[in-house]
Amino acid sequence: MTQYDAIVIGAGHNGLVCASLLAKAGRRVLVVEASPSVGGLASSREFSDGFRAAPVHSVTHFSSVVAGALNLQQYGLSFNPSCPTIGLAEDAAPISLHGDQVWGVGGSDTDAYAEYRQKLLRYGKAISVIWEKTLPRIGLAGLRDSGVYAQAFMKMRGLGGEDMSELVRVLTLPMRDLVSECFEDPRLQALLCWDGLIGSKMAPRSPNNAVLPLLLRMNGESGGDYVTPKGGVSALVDALAACAKAAGVTIKTDAPVKNVTIEGSEQGLAAVGVELVGGETISAPLVVSSADPKTTFLDLVGAGNLEIQFANRISRLRSKGYVAKFHAALSELPTIPGVDSLEGRMIIAPDMDAIEFAYDEAKYGEASESPVMEIAFPSLHDPSVAPQGQHVLSAHVMYAPYDEKTGWSDEARNAFKDRVLATLERHIPGLGALIKGSELLTPLDIEQQYGATGGHWHHVELALEQMMMMRPTHGAAQYATPIPGLYLCGAGSHPGGGIMGAAGHNAARRILK
Amino acid sequence: MKTYDAIIIGAGHNGLTNAAYLAKAGLDVVVVEKNEYIGGAAVSRELEDGFLYSSCSYVCSMMRQVIHRDLDLTKHGLMLVPYLGTVAFGDNGETLTSYTAEGPAYNELRRHSPHDADAMFRLLADLDRYSTLIRKTLLRTPPDPTKFRIRDINELIFLAKTFGELGETEIYEYIRFFTMSAAEFLDDYFENDFIAAVMATPGIIGTALGIDSPGSAYILLHHVMGDVDGNIGAWGLARGGMGSISKALAGALMEHGGEIRTNAGVSQIRVKDGVANGVVLENGDEIDGKIVVSNLDAKRTFTKIMDPKDLPPGILKKAQNFKIRGSSGKVNIALSGLPKFNNVPDNRYINRGGQGFVGSLRTLEKAYDAWKRGTWSDDPFIESVIPSAWDPTVAPPGKHWMSNFIQYCPPELADGPWTPEKRDAFGQTVIDKIERYSPGFKDLIVHMEVRTPHEIENEIGLTEGNIFQGELTIDQLLFNRPFPGYAQYRMPVDKMYMCGSSTHPGGGVSSACGANAAREILRDLKLGNTVPEDDCYDD
Repeated sequence: MTQYDAIVIGAGHNGLVCASLLAKAGRRVLVVEASPSVGGLASSREFSDGFRAAPVHSVTHFSSVVAGALNLQQYGLSFNPSCPTIGLAEDAAPISLHGDQVWGVGGSDTDAYAEYRQKLLRYGKAISVIWEKTLPRIGLAGLRDSGVYAQAFMKMRGLGGEDMSELVRVLTLPMRDLVSECFEDPRLQALLCWDGLIGSKMAPRSPNNAVLPLLLRMNGESGGDYVTPKGGVSALVDALAACAKAAGVTIKTDAPVKNVTIEGSEQGLAAVGVELVGGETISAPLVVSSADPKTTFLDLVGAGNLEIQFANRISRLRSKGYVAKFHAALSELPTIPGVDSLEGRMIIAPDMDAIEFAYDEAKYGEASESPVMEIAFPSLHDPSVAPQGQHVLSAHVMYAPYDEKTGWSDEARNAFKDRVLATLERHIPGLGALIKGSELLTPLDIEQQYGATGGHWHHVELALEQMMMMRPTHGAAQYATPIPGLYLCGAGSHPGGGIMGAAGHNAARRILK
Repeated sequence: MKTYDAIIIGAGHNGLTNAAYLAKAGLDVVVVEKNEYIGGAAVSRELEDGFLYSSCSYVCSMMRQVIHRDLDLTKHGLMLVPYLGTVAFGDNGETLTSYTAEGPAYNELRRHSPHDADAMFRLLADLDRYSTLIRKTLLRTPPDPTKFRIRDINELIFLAKTFGELGETEIYEYIRFFTMSAAEFLDDYFENDFIAAVMATPGIIGTALGIDSPGSAYILLHHVMGDVDGNIGAWGLARGGMGSISKALAGALMEHGGEIRTNAGVSQIRVKDGVANGVVLENGDEIDGKIVVSNLDAKRTFTKIMDPKDLPPGILKKAQNFKIRGSSGKVNIALSGLPKFNNVPDNRYINRGGQGFVGSLRTLEKAYDAWKRGTWSDDPFIESVIPSAWDPTVAPPGKHWMSNFIQYCPPELADGPWTPEKRDAFGQTVIDKIERYSPGFKDLIVHMEVRTPHEIENEIGLTEGNIFQGELTIDQLLFNRPFPGYAQYRMPVDKMYMCGSSTHPGGGVSSACGANAAREILRDLKLGNTVPEDDCYDD
């Protein structure tokens, strides 16, 4: 039987990145994945005869540091040119954004937009140093590594006094305030809110937690514009898997982990391997989990092996998803009035109140009466997901609370799906007639099918108190955990969230140190 | 014509505090006030014979004890009386009495949830620790983190040291307080919805956030960091109403030779060559002053009483973007007798403090949803107190007056501006709700004053009727208050200062803003500092 130096739990993109980096450093690495395929939330599945889709439909800020470190280009990863983001309206021409330009809004907004975007990009760049490094503990304990904070501070200072203080101010603004200070057009305001909110329990009026994730999203090379890999999201997964295999990583699919094997000795507890649901035990001195922190600690490690306060901090993590995923199989590409190319993404949110009010219902465990959504057609970038000449519509729909009050009864799910379809039909007339099949994944479904607690995109909410050197919580925020030999490398670790790969990368660096 | 050393615009409590400290340091000061009475929102008004309403602010806890003593406010007639024992009412007839004695308080919580009775110890200990710490920052000028001046570095080191003393783990926990929502923060303590709702209510008072909005946990802390005679978290009444605080501050000001002119609204701050040198009154009179201090909120100061030409570029935009949102209403009611409430034992020691018409977490958040839609909830959160149950000077014998603070009330309605009819309808909603908990309540009503944000703004001058002179969100706290770069009480025009709650440490009848501004002014004048810098009553 092969002896492994490290076992990585989960073959999502962070798990694959981490495994590859460890293998490249000479470690013998095994990746165990619960599902039949690799890629986690980026892996596509058949949802209708011959039609496939993945929860993820864009890759706007995959880390270029990671891509470089793994030489992913060699394994076929390259990106399409960025595409516009389009705001659809029922009775008006659409508006669109691309780069520094905006079309379809009044002159003052047009002028303000380039300035706004450049300002945010400048701010994002000033703090970007924090995303690709392990953030040390604060105080004396982290002093040795605290250069990253000094670096970030000096970069912020480099912006100049006025800009630096403005950055500090806007960091905690609600999206609504940030965009209404600059723009008048309601649809443009809603469109710009989107990337600060998506994936989280946030609405335009929610303070504190929107701008930092927005700057993180804008940190990619496209500056926040919609980007897909050439060949679609699956091309990224394929490249990561190919890279891992080339580095010597063994990937075992259909191998759900039952628990992390913990052994006690005079020195205390330590992780020494994993036991699979099938009964097989595999030992290794190092276990790295890309599963979310709640799954990792409460299910796989077990609260009994954790100090009580740490276990409490894990169980209080906010990790309930509010985004549903809708997939439709289309017999042909629809036409959307006023939109020439459907290669970009389209957002249905007439104004900020529409998003806010949709959110209000979700707070009480009700799926939104008038959902808002982001639409893309993945089949335009990856024809393999649909039969020849046919297409897939993919939509992130807000808000669908994880703990829907009926527990997502069929009735509630169908009613919500009907509302999604009706909203789509109003904005894309004739769409309904093209739909051959469809599915709606609620956060509960995403949890059940993909294993992410709460069906949360980011594993744990991207909120200030759960970010940076507090992600997921203190005691586990530098990838090492209270259990020697056990590390985290998933989206629940810094910097977390989105298809970025940085958590896997930082964890590997930390482990190899 | 006389030139004053300083002109203070607005005789609210911070303006009076500021003036008193400047006068105490030997300056010749005048406070100009647009109303015929002083006090701003800390005022007692007899709108019905024999009834003395604290018509805006109504309870006191944030008043810095050190200022109270330093200005000898007791000598000038200020007496704070702790009021204790509020009863909170739930949607389903539940009640929760907040006893002062530990035993009964514990048993009362146990009725609802033994778990939460224990959790309350944990919460109170945490709140106590966190508020002790934040209190150390109240009487200090925030540093400017973009500057490398010695004083800013020293102040940053002071803050780092103060927070550092918490220890690493505690700091992480503390950060949660600054960023989370009240509901989610409390979810870590309580399992019982009603208890969580009761404890969440300080997180929304005066703010345009809901219990579910990130940031509301800090508002909660802001409301529990005060004290009455060193009892952290306790609230008190000022004997004679909140106006007694203003009267005492005015007394201290007069004692040191200061002047107050009422009916003297300022139409413009006069600026010559980038230097403030006086004010123009609404009646056309001009007053010369070597410095001008505005106690008005930041938005009003820069958008209403200054000529944009006198301002450096960018300031007007910052003022327009300053978040100062009306979210609260006030209904003052004169009563012919003490009301009785459902499910509350007929025991005068139980129900003398106040009433919290809380409902549930959902009811509280729904009230915020209504505000967002430009209307008021038909089931709003009401925090009430009957000051006359403690203080015989504010109502005729045997009669009472009841202060009702309502969260939320929008500054503008979705269907247009406020009208007297809509205002009355709002008042009706409030008394209808109280009647549900106190059958026969309406029959006791002798007189009623309804104040929406519209009335508060028009009368007191608080933009949108915001009681804190600006939202207490992180982007407007500490060195960001009111605007980044202007948090040290000096304004972009030379010889001009701000001393209102728009500045650090923000809203509440604390006198801290006025005192801090006075310290900075004395510093610029190279006079010795006579303003207390620390309020370590509890250390």
